[in-house]
Amino acid sequence: MPHAANEPLMKVPDAALERGRMLLGRARWAASRLAQMDRAAIQRIVDAVAEAGHAKARAFAEAAVRETGYGVVEHKVMKNEACSRGLVALYRGEDFVSPRIDAERKIVELPRPAGVVFALIPVTNPVATVYFKTLLALMTRNAVVLSPHPGAKGVCTEAAHVLAAAAKAAGAPDGAIQVIEEPTIPLIEALMRDERVDLIVATGGPAVVKAAYRSGNPAMGVGPGNAPVLVDDTADVTEAAKRIVASKSFDNSILCTNESTVLAYASIADRLLAAMKAAGAHICTPAETEKVRALLFRDDGFNTAMIGKDAALIAKEAGFSANGAKILVTQVTLVQPEEKLVREKLCPVLAFARVDGLDQAIASARSMMRRSGKGHTAGVHSKREATILAFAAAVPALRFAVNAGCSLGASGFETHLGPSMTIGTGFAGGSSIGDNLTPHHFVHFARVAYNKAASETFGDFRGLDPLDLPKPSAPPRLVASTGAAGEADADALRRELRRIILEELNAVLAA
Amino acid sequence: MYDYGLFRYESKADLLDTAIRYWNPDKTKFWQKLGVDLVIDRREGYFLYDMSGRRLIDLHLNGGTYNFGHRHPELVETLKYALDYFDMGNHWFPSVARSALAEELVGISPGLKYAVFGAGGAEAVEIALKSARFATKRRRILSIYKGYHGHSGLSVATGDDRFSKIFLADRPEEFEQVPFNDLAAMERALSGRDVAALIIETIPATYGFPMPDDGYLPACKALCQKYGTIYIADEVQTGLMRTGEMWGWQSYGVQPDIYVTAKGLSGGLYPISAAVVDERCGDWLNIDGAAHITTTGGAELGCIVALKVLEMLQRPAVVANVAAVTEFFANGMAEMMRRHGDIFSGVRQKGVVLGLEFDHPEGAVHVSRALYEHGVWAIFSSLDKRVLQFKPGVLLSVDLCEEILDRFDAAMPRARELMHAARKAA
Repeated sequence: MPHAANEPLMKVPDAALERGRMLLGRARWAASRLAQMDRAAIQRIVDAVAEAGHAKARAFAEAAVRETGYGVVEHKVMKNEACSRGLVALYRGEDFVSPRIDAERKIVELPRPAGVVFALIPVTNPVATVYFKTLLALMTRNAVVLSPHPGAKGVCTEAAHVLAAAAKAAGAPDGAIQVIEEPTIPLIEALMRDERVDLIVATGGPAVVKAAYRSGNPAMGVGPGNAPVLVDDTADVTEAAKRIVASKSFDNSILCTNESTVLAYASIADRLLAAMKAAGAHICTPAETEKVRALLFRDDGFNTAMIGKDAALIAKEAGFSANGAKILVTQVTLVQPEEKLVREKLCPVLAFARVDGLDQAIASARSMMRRSGKGHTAGVHSKREATILAFAAAVPALRFAVNAGCSLGASGFETHLGPSMTIGTGFAGGSSIGDNLTPHHFVHFARVAYNKAASETFGDFRGLDPLDLPKPSAPPRLVASTGAAGEADADALRRELRRIILEELNAVLAA
Repeated sequence: MYDYGLFRYESKADLLDTAIRYWNPDKTKFWQKLGVDLVIDRREGYFLYDMSGRRLIDLHLNGGTYNFGHRHPELVETLKYALDYFDMGNHWFPSVARSALAEELVGISPGLKYAVFGAGGAEAVEIALKSARFATKRRRILSIYKGYHGHSGLSVATGDDRFSKIFLADRPEEFEQVPFNDLAAMERALSGRDVAALIIETIPATYGFPMPDDGYLPACKALCQKYGTIYIADEVQTGLMRTGEMWGWQSYGVQPDIYVTAKGLSGGLYPISAAVVDERCGDWLNIDGAAHITTTGGAELGCIVALKVLEMLQRPAVVANVAAVTEFFANGMAEMMRRHGDIFSGVRQKGVVLGLEFDHPEGAVHVSRALYEHGVWAIFSSLDKRVLQFKPGVLLSVDLCEEILDRFDAAMPRARELMHAARKAA
């Protein structure tokens, strides 16, 4: 008799977790082999992976927008290119593989990779983050397990397979790049807790970041952004307006470094608005502002359907027309968390407030970040050093993009900060790192430190390769002594002692 | 006090006393004398815990039974779920679980037609030998000197006479043995055209895993074909990915007429074995399907666990892990030989099947003890005590492999000392 219900007669275990664990085991093997590779071999793999990613930058940009509905294809192409070939070019001169000899301080440093990096990939910047974390991991000889947001798992899986194939062809060990193809929250949480994971790098929403820190494994997570942007009366208003509009419209504000709220000195505010309008912004009327506020902020939080959407589309959804607009500017009078428009908005809607000077700008910036955005990003458009420093000293951001757009400035593509898809929000932002994530975060160093005393000379380590040291000669054999009786006794005693110590050790191990 | 609910012991000594009194005095005393005072209590993954609480890494795996480690969670869960619906079943009737496992086994066994189930390896060998006799109408069985195929009536007669003579179970008139890797002897034995079957372990385990010479197994098969003899591959220790492919005969490019699998087939949780036969050898299943009857053979619970085992073994991550463990110990043991070449004289390896040779007639007995003292359990080969059976599981992690090698290295001075002491005493 066939069973009535549509479920099997016998229950079977959910194999997803076991499969996930096997994937981590495979990554550990890869990590152990990567750790034995020299710089040239690693660079070959890194180059091959970067080229493979670069070649598919457009195809994956299109696929990401198709799958997630977020962002702008052209801008994603730029990010994918910057996070493949661009990233590798930037770090080509750095060596994360070979020993470093510091004769001055009498120290030799041996790079020690983390091992298995568990990389959470956000839905907002999926492919660029896959490229970014994979390359950082490989540069530092780590295996990477990519765990995409379920909303971007298709394109992430495909991208991971392309990178993995390129890595393998260039000599990477089996399992160096793997992806969790069917991510679920319970699966990801269980895998993050697994002892086979050495480092979790969490980019995503606060829930996933907190879960990473709760896992008990070393983790680097980042908090949400909410960038205030100061424009003072020394700023080049036209340039500032152009930069802000370009940045706020970049990939439809999907980067967490994007501008949230402009804090404009009252003396230049009207000129700034006019310049922004000239640069493609739509300046909303009070009624339109009200409609945007109602559309974006629902009772249950931010309207995620609007993430990464075009300004014109948002206007249409809100019930007015702003065809051709790059961004929507909504003017506010209250810069406090209860004004929802000064919260983080991963869409091209920019709040705009007037301030009467530096003190009010600082107070406003601190106020809006009190709810979220601490440790993240702020922007300053000014030529006065004292203003810039005062703002930076008082506002709880860890990176201040000066006379640059925040999206690409704070993320290091238009400044000399480390170009990064992962922005450390530091202690204030609930993170263990305060920098933009760079390869340096994926490697530790074993330090061989000599006695300071001048009488102890530092060894000559030049030309010695820890991966290929001369083999020590075979150890002296412990053989039954044929010597004098006394020697034999001493020998036997030593053996007996050794055995006793061993037994004790075993007892300790068993306890 | 060790309280197991249904039974309890005051101490480990109390258990040993009971084992000697009621179970098996010689076996119990044998290990005590050898300095291996193991009574397995808890077990998990690739770890065994003695009643004393001492942890041992299991490289014995009871001949591959614990290929996936002990009580693998996915297998345990499978068996628990199966118990909510199934029991052993009734061997008289067609069964959902048996049919599914038979289909799966035949599906991964090119050239073969039916799967016939037993409860243990010996029963599967029995089925294989009977099927060969049925197919050829011949009675004589050829096997390898120091081969090992079990302890039932026919199977024990194929093996070392240590196990048959004591029970008057040797049958020299029907069972003949030839040396391994000796094709001339093989041909002499087959050329009378009166041999029903050659039964051969793809790598003879109890003999210490001597590796077949290049082309030896295919040549044996060719001789069998030439003289009308059935080729039976005993895959109990070489099947289930242990040589890097699902079946050892696949990794040596030989097509058996029958092969036998058991032990690891159901992950050490519920006994099952199978003889997988070709059309000709299995034709008795068309004529009289009740010619071989077994109540416990092919129990449905075992079938379900075995299906899970076969599914897991075919996962790419498992295949990759076998390759990684294989390479690790190939390199690692080469390095160990470099360091300890005075006592450690050779490595035999195919996949995760390893035999380590030591330069002393009972070298592996001493090494086994030294490893035991260093937290590793690996057993010597019963029929060649120079050789240690070293059997890593297919799921071993890199960390545990490294730990094993470190412990092995640390145990060598003690092994050296034990061997010297034995030489001196001799």
